[in-house]
Amino acid sequence: MSMLRPDLAAIARNVAPGSRVLDIGCADGTLLSHLREHNQVDARGMEIKPELVERCVARGLSVVQGDADRDLSEYPDKAFDYTILSQTLQTAERPDRMLDQLLRVGREAFVSFPNFAQWRTRTALMFGGRMPVTRALPVSWYETDNIHHVTIADFRELIAKMDVEIEGCWFFSGERAISGIGANWRAEFAVFKLSRND
Amino acid sequence: MATAPAFNTLQLSRPLPLDCGQELAGVEIAFETYGELAADKSNAILICHALTGDQYVASEHPVTGKPGWWERTVGPGKPIDTDRFHVICANVIGSCMGSTGPASIADDGAPYAMRFPVLTIRDMVRGLVGLLDELGIDQLHTVVGGSMGGMQALSLAANFPERAARVLAIATTARHSAQNIAFHEVGRQAIMADPNWRGGNYYGDEKTPDAGLSVARMAAHITYLSEAGLTDKFGRRLQDRDAKSFGFDADFQVESYLRYQGSGFTQRFDANSYLYITRAMDYFDLAEEHGGKLADAFAGHGRDSGARFCVISFDTDWLYPTAESRHIVHALNAAGAPVSFVELSAPYGHDSFLLDVPALDRVIEGFLR
Repeated sequence: MSMLRPDLAAIARNVAPGSRVLDIGCADGTLLSHLREHNQVDARGMEIKPELVERCVARGLSVVQGDADRDLSEYPDKAFDYTILSQTLQTAERPDRMLDQLLRVGREAFVSFPNFAQWRTRTALMFGGRMPVTRALPVSWYETDNIHHVTIADFRELIAKMDVEIEGCWFFSGERAISGIGANWRAEFAVFKLSRND
Repeated sequence: MATAPAFNTLQLSRPLPLDCGQELAGVEIAFETYGELAADKSNAILICHALTGDQYVASEHPVTGKPGWWERTVGPGKPIDTDRFHVICANVIGSCMGSTGPASIADDGAPYAMRFPVLTIRDMVRGLVGLLDELGIDQLHTVVGGSMGGMQALSLAANFPERAARVLAIATTARHSAQNIAFHEVGRQAIMADPNWRGGNYYGDEKTPDAGLSVARMAAHITYLSEAGLTDKFGRRLQDRDAKSFGFDADFQVESYLRYQGSGFTQRFDANSYLYITRAMDYFDLAEEHGGKLADAFAGHGRDSGARFCVISFDTDWLYPTAESRHIVHALNAAGAPVSFVELSAPYGHDSFLLDVPALDRVIEGFLR
């Protein structure tokens, strides 16, 4: 577990053994490999960069080069027990539609994202007067892929409006898991486990 | 075609049922193998060749003397490593390098010519599976193919799902498009318009329909390259001259190149085989064979059983563009089959799968690992 980023480790701990998993934006397949080995899952991935797909294929993973904004719609309903979207929601063209797709393709969805309302970001903006560059958001505004910055409070509000249930949530500051108290102020990253009754 | 060299052939013990309704008895399959077959026969890879390819995937072509058509990929220590795998490559039926085709002798002692039954990709695959039966290979480690070879790999997966544990389909399609058929028709008409074709009965004649076959090859060859590739290689440069001739010689390098490609091709290929194989490709529509839904073609490959798939396309391939590969991938996903897909960037158009694309080597090697 120590190999995994803390948000990924939280996801891995909560994936049922033997389940079917689609990791969207699976990068080099680190999480999928871990899940295949430790959770014996049927591991599938989607990744936009061909050189990363290549590395996944070399690991024996089944990963499709694709654009999550466009290609998720090609998967059948409830094809997976879990869909996973780690640190990618804030890069989506329409995060709300992507959440819809996640919960259409998967019975449950794990979503992790950097929290824009963490105190570091807030103080950077408040006192610097510029778009924050922090350890959670290390890239300048003009070159970042993050086109929809989101806070934990914003996310909860969207989830409520979309009639989506929160099955679990986990918060992190750096490598450290923290409690949910004051998470919107304290947490650098959040992980939500979601489901929808339909 | 020049005099036939000695081929390694095997006769199928059972007649081959064909999609047209006929049966073909006494079918000969010419093939080459590379690398040792493991005692448990678990390391066999079948490579399916493209339209004008043959069994000489990694050894010298007996007619042209050129190296094997995929020697950069197949051999000791190469992505398809013959130190590890037993590679089988067979000439498809309908072709002209030793397997039964229109130039073969029919029961009446004369060549079939146009009496040869019209074949499909599935018929070719039946021939290949017949060969595997004769060789006692129940399940391939992998079936691999590019272009028409990819069609065969997909057809084998669809029609004989238990015969391959992995399926690697490169620069291919699950159906021939109107544009694909159109280009082939140009080629066929060029052959049939050649006065030496004579209804296909030119075997044994001094004159063969080389001009027609050459034009067919020239037209097809353009579809294998990219515009950028042609521009890079030839541009508007003139061939061995300083000025335009105001005539119809090959003024431009690209003309000279195509003429060379065309005439070289007639040395090693039979015009009737070209008609039959292009027809088989045009008839190919994997979904149509399976009730109109491509996902149903892969119904034998669920989550818990069946093969792993890898589909590769090239961004400059306009013959079988990436959209066609995505179509295959979506169907495999719908069927629940484990599939990887990658679109590789390469400048060479459709022919990229045969050329120097290091990323292709890495994906092939990784998928077979």
